[in-house]
Amino acid sequence: MSDNKIVKVNGKALVITGDDIDTDRIIPARFLKEITFANLGQYPFYDERFNEDASLKPHPFNESNRQDAKILFVNKNFGCGSSREHAPQSLKRWGINAIVGESFAEIFASNCITLGIPAVAVSSKDIKDLQKLALENADLVWSVDLKSATISTFGFTVTLIMPEHHKQTLQQGLWDSTALLLNNLDKVRQLHDQLPYTKNYGG
Amino acid sequence: MAVGTLYDKIWDQHVVCRLPTGQYQLFIGLHLIHEVTSPQACDMLRERNLGVLFPGRTIATVDHIIPTTDQARPYRDTQAEAMAQALYDNTSEFNIRFFGEGSPEQGIVHVMGPELGMVHPGMTVACGDSHTSTHGAFGTLAFGIGTTQVGDVLATQCLSMDPLMVRKVQIDGELKPGVFAKDVILHVIRKLGVKGGIGYAYEYCGSTIEAMSMEARMTICNMSIEGGARIGYVNPDETTFAYLEGRPHAPRGTAWKRALQHWNTVRSSDDAIYDDQCKINAGDIAPHVTWGINPGQSVSIDESLPDPSSLPDGERQTAQLAYQHMKLTPGQSMNGTKIDVVFVGSCTNSRIEDLRAAADVAKGHKVASHVRAIVVPGSRQVANQSEKEGLHEIFLDAGFEWREPGCSMCLAMNPDRLNGDEICASTSNRNFIGRQGSPHGRTLLMSPQMAAAAAVSGHVTDIRKHCV
Ligand code: SF4
Repeated sequence: MSDNKIVKVNGKALVITGDDIDTDRIIPARFLKEITFANLGQYPFYDERFNEDASLKPHPFNESNRQDAKILFVNKNFGCGSSREHAPQSLKRWGINAIVGESFAEIFASNCITLGIPAVAVSSKDIKDLQKLALENADLVWSVDLKSATISTFGFTVTLIMPEHHKQTLQQGLWDSTALLLNNLDKVRQLHDQLPYTKNYGG
Repeated sequence: MAVGTLYDKIWDQHVVCRLPTGQYQLFIGLHLIHEVTSPQACDMLRERNLGVLFPGRTIATVDHIIPTTDQARPYRDTQAEAMAQALYDNTSEFNIRFFGEGSPEQGIVHVMGPELGMVHPGMTVACGDSHTSTHGAFGTLAFGIGTTQVGDVLATQCLSMDPLMVRKVQIDGELKPGVFAKDVILHVIRKLGVKGGIGYAYEYCGSTIEAMSMEARMTICNMSIEGGARIGYVNPDETTFAYLEGRPHAPRGTAWKRALQHWNTVRSSDDAIYDDQCKINAGDIAPHVTWGINPGQSVSIDESLPDPSSLPDGERQTAQLAYQHMKLTPGQSMNGTKIDVVFVGSCTNSRIEDLRAAADVAKGHKVASHVRAIVVPGSRQVANQSEKEGLHEIFLDAGFEWREPGCSMCLAMNPDRLNGDEICASTSNRNFIGRQGSPHGRTLLMSPQMAAAAAVSGHVTDIRKHCV
C-alpha cells in the first residue's frame, strides 16, 4: 500500500468561484450514461465550458496556460447535490489531485477520500487570498502539504483544516476503504447474526 | 456529540469496529442499487476478485434511464440499453434480486423500497444516490454513497464512516390550507440554508410531523440532502407501523409482534441530548416555490424576490447567477410567472398520495394550451393503484400525459427533458442549472398541488385560491 501514500500535492492552481457549486454543474447527468469512469476526464463543467456546437466558452478549465493544473481552489459547499462519484472522478481524471475550499458537501468530501483526493478546507479569508494570487499568476506552483497542514507558494503560506484522521488516512495510504473493511469480515458476520431484522425478528 | 437520539441508538447497534483510520466500520442493513452508480462498482469487484457478502441484503431496480413511454427493451438509446444490460448481467452474476423493467415491483428506488415494506425502523440503509435520505422517514439511518462505497457494501456489507452530529428540527402546529410537506421542507431548507446541514443528521419531530402520513414524511426526509444533511429521519410511530403492516417484505405473524417490540425501542429518548435544535411554527409556512438555482432559493408564493445586494457575500454571487439564468427580476413575485412545462414525478413527489392531490386539483380543468404537462408515477405499484382509482383518466382528460414509472424529467437521463430555456413547474427536488436536461432549462420546485394548478392556469399560481 506504500504507493498509496499521499502527503503532498504540488502543482498549478485553477480557480472556480462561487458557493454551492453542485455536482450537476461539475458533471451534467447525460455524461453519467457511460458504464465506466474511463472517459470522464473530458467532461468536468461541460455545459459551462462548451457551446452547443462544441466551441469553447471562456472558463478556467479551458485556459491554455492552466491545462496542467493539479489543484482546485473553490468556495463554500462545493460538490453539493447528487452523490455521483462521477464528479470527483471527472475532476481527478482531468488532472486535479487536490481541492482546497471553504467547505465541501458531505458526500462529495467522502467520495474524494475514497479516491485519494485531499479535499481540504481553509478559512474564508485565506481562500480569497489563494484565489486572488492564483488568478493573478497562472504559473504559480502551489504545494498542499498534509504533514505540515499548510498550503503554500513562493513566500506565502496558509493553514489548512482537515479532520486529523482524514489527514492520517491519506498520508498512511489507508484510503482504500475496501481493503480495510475486508479485514473484519468475521466480526461483520457476527454482527449480522445479532441484528433483529436479519433473523426476521426471531419469528 | 448527541446522546440518546435515534441516530445514536442505530449507529451504536451497527458499528462493527473502529478502523485504523479512526473511522468506524458500519454494517448496512439494506442496500439498494440502480443502473447509474452500480456498474463501475461491480467492475471493481471483478477486478479485485471479490464476491458479494450478503446478496440477500441488496435489491436492484432500474429507474434513472428508463424511458417513460415505451419501456420494452432494447431501448432506443444505446447507452441506456448498455446500462440496463449491465445491471441485468451484474445482478445475475452476483445473485442480487432485480426488479427490472416490466416487473410489478419496478420503480424509483426510493419509492419502491418503502412500498415493498423493505425499509424497517432501526435499519441502516445505503444507496448510491443522495436521496436515500428518504428512507429516514421510517426511523432509519439512510444515506447516499459514492460508487466505490457501493462496491464496499457489496463486498463487505459495510461502510467506513464518520459519525454525524444531530440537529432536532421541531415543527409544531397545524399547516394552513394549501400548505403541504413540500412547502414545509422548502421552508426548512430556506431557513437553515443549503449548507446548514453539513455534518448533521436532521431529526424531524413535533406535532406537524407526527400528524403527517408516511408519504409526506418521505417528501420531507427526501430533501434533507438539499439542506446539506446527508441523513434526515423521523422517529417511528403508529403511522409508520400501520404503513408497513401487510406489505410484501414486512414481517408477519409472530415476527410482526416481535418486530413491533423492537421498533418501539428505536426512537430518541425524551431526555436525548442534541448537538443543535431549531423550532419552526407550521402556521408561518405559506405555499413555496423556488426562483433560483438551488433549493434554498425559494419564496412564498406572494412574497417578492430578494434584492441580491441585500444578501451576504456568498449568497449574493449565487443569487446574481440565478437571476441571470432564470431570467427573473428582483422585487417581482413568482405568482403569475408563465410556464412551459409541468412535471409531476420524482422520488420527492410521485407517490400515490401526491398523484391523488395533483389529480384533485386538475379534475375538471384543462391544461393550458401552451403547456406540456406530464405525470410520471414513482413506481409500477403507484401506476397500478392510480389506474385503479381512475386518476390517470382525470389527468388524461385534463390534457396531461400519463407515463410509465421512472425518474424521468427529474434529471433527464431518459428522453424526457426540457428544450432550450423552457421553464418547468416541477415536483422534483433540484433546480440546479441543467438538471432537467437542457443547459438553459429553468426549474421551479413546488408541491404537486401547486404544479397541477400551474398546469391548468398556464402560470405559477397560488393554490390557496384554488382551494376556496
Ligand atoms: S427521482 Fe430524481 S432525485 Fe430521485 S432518484 Fe431519480 S433522479 Fe434521483
